Amino acid sequence: MKQYRKFIRKIILLLFSIPVILFIFLPILWLLFASLSTQAELFTIPPHWIPQHPTLQNYLDIFFPSLSASTVPRTFAVSLLNSIKIASAVTVICIVIGSLAAYALVRIPFKFNRSIQLGILATRMIPEVSLILPLFVIASSLQLINKPIVLIITYLSFSLPYAIWMMIAFFQTVPVELEEAARLDGCTRLGILFRVVMPISVPGLVSTAMFVFLLAWDEFFYALIFTSTLASKTVPVAIAEFVGRYSVNITGMMAGGILAALPPMILAFAFQRYIVSGMTAGAVKG
Amino acid sequence: MRNMNKIFVAVIAIILVFSVVGCGPAKSNVATIHILTQDQAGMKPAEIDQIARDFEALNPDIKVVMEYVGYDAIHDKVVTGMAATPPAYDASMVDVIWPDEFIKNGYLLDVTSRITPEMKSGIFPASWNGVTRNGKIYGMPWLMDVKYFMYNKDILAKAGFNAPPKTWEELMTQAQAIKTQGLAEFPITWSWNQKEGVVCDYTVLLYGNGGTFLDASGKPAFNNEKGVQVLTWMKKSIDDGLTNPSAISSDESAVETDFLAGKSAFAVNWLNQYADSNKPDMSQIVGQVAIAPMPVFAAGQAAGIVSSSVDGSSSFAIMATTPNPDQVWKFLTYLTSNEVQTKFSAEMLPIWQADFQGDALTKLLAATPTNPVTVPAFLGQFPYANERPTVPYYNEASAALQLAIQEALTGIKTPQQALDEAAAKWVDLAK
Amino acid sequence: MAAITNFFSKKRLSLRQQDARIAWWLVAPCLIVIMGVTLWPILSSFILSFFNAPTGINQSRTFVGLANYIEMFTDKSFWETIGRTLYFTLASVVLNMALGLGIAQLIQSHPWGWKFIRFSLIIPWAVPTIVNGAMWRWIYSGDFGALNGMLMQLGLIKHYIPWLTLPNMAMPLVILADTWHTMPLIALILQAALAAIPEELDEAAAVDGANTWQRFSKIRLPFLRPAILVALIIRTVEAFRVFDIVYIITSGGPASKTITITFLTYLYSFPYGKQGIGAALSIIISIIVLIFAMVYIRVLYRPEENQ
Repeated sequence: MKQYRKFIRKIILLLFSIPVILFIFLPILWLLFASLSTQAELFTIPPHWIPQHPTLQNYLDIFFPSLSASTVPRTFAVSLLNSIKIASAVTVICIVIGSLAAYALVRIPFKFNRSIQLGILATRMIPEVSLILPLFVIASSLQLINKPIVLIITYLSFSLPYAIWMMIAFFQTVPVELEEAARLDGCTRLGILFRVVMPISVPGLVSTAMFVFLLAWDEFFYALIFTSTLASKTVPVAIAEFVGRYSVNITGMMAGGILAALPPMILAFAFQRYIVSGMTAGAVKG
Repeated sequence: MRNMNKIFVAVIAIILVFSVVGCGPAKSNVATIHILTQDQAGMKPAEIDQIARDFEALNPDIKVVMEYVGYDAIHDKVVTGMAATPPAYDASMVDVIWPDEFIKNGYLLDVTSRITPEMKSGIFPASWNGVTRNGKIYGMPWLMDVKYFMYNKDILAKAGFNAPPKTWEELMTQAQAIKTQGLAEFPITWSWNQKEGVVCDYTVLLYGNGGTFLDASGKPAFNNEKGVQVLTWMKKSIDDGLTNPSAISSDESAVETDFLAGKSAFAVNWLNQYADSNKPDMSQIVGQVAIAPMPVFAAGQAAGIVSSSVDGSSSFAIMATTPNPDQVWKFLTYLTSNEVQTKFSAEMLPIWQADFQGDALTKLLAATPTNPVTVPAFLGQFPYANERPTVPYYNEASAALQLAIQEALTGIKTPQQALDEAAAKWVDLAK
Repeated sequence: MAAITNFFSKKRLSLRQQDARIAWWLVAPCLIVIMGVTLWPILSSFILSFFNAPTGINQSRTFVGLANYIEMFTDKSFWETIGRTLYFTLASVVLNMALGLGIAQLIQSHPWGWKFIRFSLIIPWAVPTIVNGAMWRWIYSGDFGALNGMLMQLGLIKHYIPWLTLPNMAMPLVILADTWHTMPLIALILQAALAAIPEELDEAAAVDGANTWQRFSKIRLPFLRPAILVALIIRTVEAFRVFDIVYIITSGGPASKTITITFLTYLYSFPYGKQGIGAALSIIISIIVLIFAMVYIRVLYRPEENQ
C-alpha cells in the first residue's frame, strides 16, 4: 500500500515536472534548431521544429569567415575571446580584493564596519545608465576608451559590490571556533583567511565567481558605449550588431546566441556541485 | 603582517600593470585618426579598410583607425565621444537627421573653406544641402539613399496586374485583389515600429498627399487635414488586412525578411533590399523583385506630385575639437573621391554626378549585376526625396511623432488627437 | 582623538586596535575601487541633476535648482513610465517568486530526475540577456514566430497573431521572456534554502498532525525567510532597472507601452541630449530602489533568527 501511494505521488510530481522541463528547454532548443537551419527553412509555415536540411553554415561563417560573409559573423569569434578575457579578469579581481574586504567586514569589528556594509549594498541600487557619462569622461582622460581594460574597470562598479555581498554571506557560515583555534596557534588574520576561511568557503567562492563572470559576460550598455573597435567589442554588442539597420542575418544571430551562451554554461556545468552547495550556504544565511 | 604586505605588493602590481596597459602610444610623427562609421549600409567594412590601407600607403604620416558599430549606436557614441578632450573620434558618419543637433552642440567643424569648386560642382546638389546650414558646410557627402517602392512581379502577374500601382489608392485595389485570390495574406509590409523607420514611411506618405511637416512659418503642419488623412489611411490599411499588422513592431530588417520570404507583394525599403532579394541564401524570391517609382495619393497626384520618398543620406563630418583636422580632411576627401567611389561602387552608388553620365554611366551600369536596375531607380527616385525636419531637437520631436503614429495605429487615440498632441510637443520643443 | 594618535603611534597596540587597523587595510582596495567607479560618478550625476546640462560642448551648464525634478514630476509621461515600471517590477517579482518557489518545492520533493531539473535550471541563467531578448523577439514574431507556430499546430489560433503590436500584450510578453532568464536563479536559491531545513522538524510536525499548509507556513517559511529576502531584493532591484531586454525585444513600442524608467533615462541622457534630466531620473531610480530594499529589510530581516 505504501509502495503504491509512493508511486502515485511520483506520478503526480512527474505531471508537475513536465511543464517545468518544457518551459526551460523549448525556447533554447528552438534557438539551437534555428541556428542549424537555413534562413528559408526558419520561415516556413507551419514551422519545421527540427530542420529538414540542417546546416552548420552559420557556425562555419563565424569560425571560418569567407570574404563574402558580412563582417558581423567574422568579428564574432574575436568578440568571444574578448568577452572571455574581460569576464575572467573581472572575476579574478572581484574574488581577490572582494574576499579581503568581505572577511574584514564579517569578522573584524571596527568603526564604520556597518556603514561600509550598507554603503556597498546601496551601490547595487544605482542604475548603470547614471554612471556612464562620468565614467566615460574619466576613462577617456586616462586614454582607456576602446581598450578591454576600460570594461574590466567599469564592470567592477556593479560586480564588486555583488561579490562582496555574496562573500559576506558565505564567510558568516564559517564557524568562529575554527578561527579562534587557528589564532591560538599563532595564525595572523590573513593566515586565517587563506588557511582556514577560504578553503572552507570554496563552494561559496566558486558560486560568487560564477555570478560575477555571468554579470560581466552579460553586460551590454557599457560595452556599447565604451568600445567600438574589433579589439575590444564584447559578445552582447556583437549579437546586437547582427540586428542591422537594414538587413538581418537571423540564423547567424541564433548561432551567435548559442555560442554566446556556451562558455558560461560550460563553466556552470563544470562547477555545478559547488554552485549548489555554495548557494545552500549563501541562501541560508542571506 | 608579512602576509598582508605580500598581498599589497600584489594589488599595487596589478594596478601598475593596468596603468601601463592603459598608457597611450608613444609620441611619434605619425598622426592617428579615429573614424566612426556604421557596418550596415553602404560599403562593407572590408572595403573601407582596404581604402584606409591604400590611403596610408600614400600618406605614411597618417594612421587611420576605422571603428565600425551598429547604426543605432553611432549617435550616442558621438555624444559621449565629444565629452572627452581630445574627442574619442576625429570624424564620424552623420545621418541626415543629425547635423542640426550636432552643429548646435558645436560638434562639427566648419569645412566651407576646404571645399574645392570641383567638389562643389561635381557632387549632387541635394547631397550638399544635407550638410549645409546657413551657408556653411559641415561635412563631406558620403552615401545617398532614399526609400524605394519594391514589388514582387510574380505575385502581381498572378493576380492579373501588369503594372505596379501609381497611387496609394491603386495599391489598395491591387492588394485587395491579391489578398482575395489568396496570393498573400498581407500584401503590404512597412517598418512602422517605434523607431525612426515609421517617421521615414510617414514622410513618404505625407509628402505624397501634398502635406508637409512644417508650414511656411515653421509651425507643425502634419496634424492638418492632409496629415490626418495619411494616418487614417495607414490605420485603415491594417484594419482591412492589407498591411501586415506586424508592421507596428517591424523595423526595416523585418520588412526585408517578410518580403524576401515571399510573404508580401509590396515593400517600401532602402535600396539594399534589392541586392539582398537576389541572394539565394537570403531570399526565396530571387529575380522576382522590381522597383517602381514611389506612388502618391490621388489628391497629391491631382496637385501635380509625381512621386514622393524620404532622404536617408549620410555624410562624414570632422569633429570640431580634433587635434588633426587636416589629416582627417585628407582622408575624407580620399574616401569620397570619385576614383575610390567608382572602384567600390558594388555596395553603394557614387555621390559624383559625372558618374551618371556618358561613358562613366556605362561603366557604372556594368560594375555590378544589380546596377542596371538600381542606378536607373536611383536616378528616378532621388529627385523626389523629401527631408525630415531639420531642427536641433529632432530626436525628441521624432520620438513624439513615433508615439503619436503608434497610438493611432494601435487604436489608443484617434489620428487627429494623436497628431495634435505630437504637434503640441513640437511647439513646446521649439521654445 | 585617542584612536587617531594610537593609529600612528609606535606603541604596542591592543589586539582589538591591531585588528581594526588590519581591517582597514583589507577593505581599502575595494573602497578605492568603489569610490572611483561608483561613488564619484554617482556624485557627479547627483550634482548634474541640479543643472541644465545640454550635451553641446559650446553650451555652458546653468544651475537650475530642482527644475529638472519638477519638470519630471509635472510630466504625465513620467508618471506613466513609473507606473509601467512598477507593473513590470511587481509582475516580474511575483512571477519569479511563485515559479521559483514552486520549482524549488518540486525539486525538493524529489520527483524522478530531480537532479536533472536542478541541473537544467542553469541553462536559462547562463544565456546572456541580449541573446535571450533576441531569441524571444523571434519566438513572438507575428510572421514566423515559434509561439504562433505552436499555438496554430495545437489548434488554439487560426491566424498568426502579431503579439508585440498589441498594447496590452507587449509588456506581459517581455516579462515572460525576462522571467525565463531570471527565475532559475531564484529557484536555485530557494531550493538551496529548502534543502537546508532539517527533515526531522517537518516529520515531527507531520506526526503532530499539521497539514501541508501549516507545515509550509509554520516550519518552512521561517527557515526560508532569509533566502526569500535575498531573492526579493535581487529581483526587485534588477526588475526596476530593466533596460537591455526591452531595448532588444520591443525598443519601447508599441506606443511606448514598454518604455521603463531606465529606458526613459537613456532617452533623455543620449538621444534627447538633456543630461540634467537624465541625471535627475537616475537619482529618482536609485532612491525608489533603495526604498524597496529598506522596506524588505524591515519586514523580513530578523537577524536573531540567523544566529
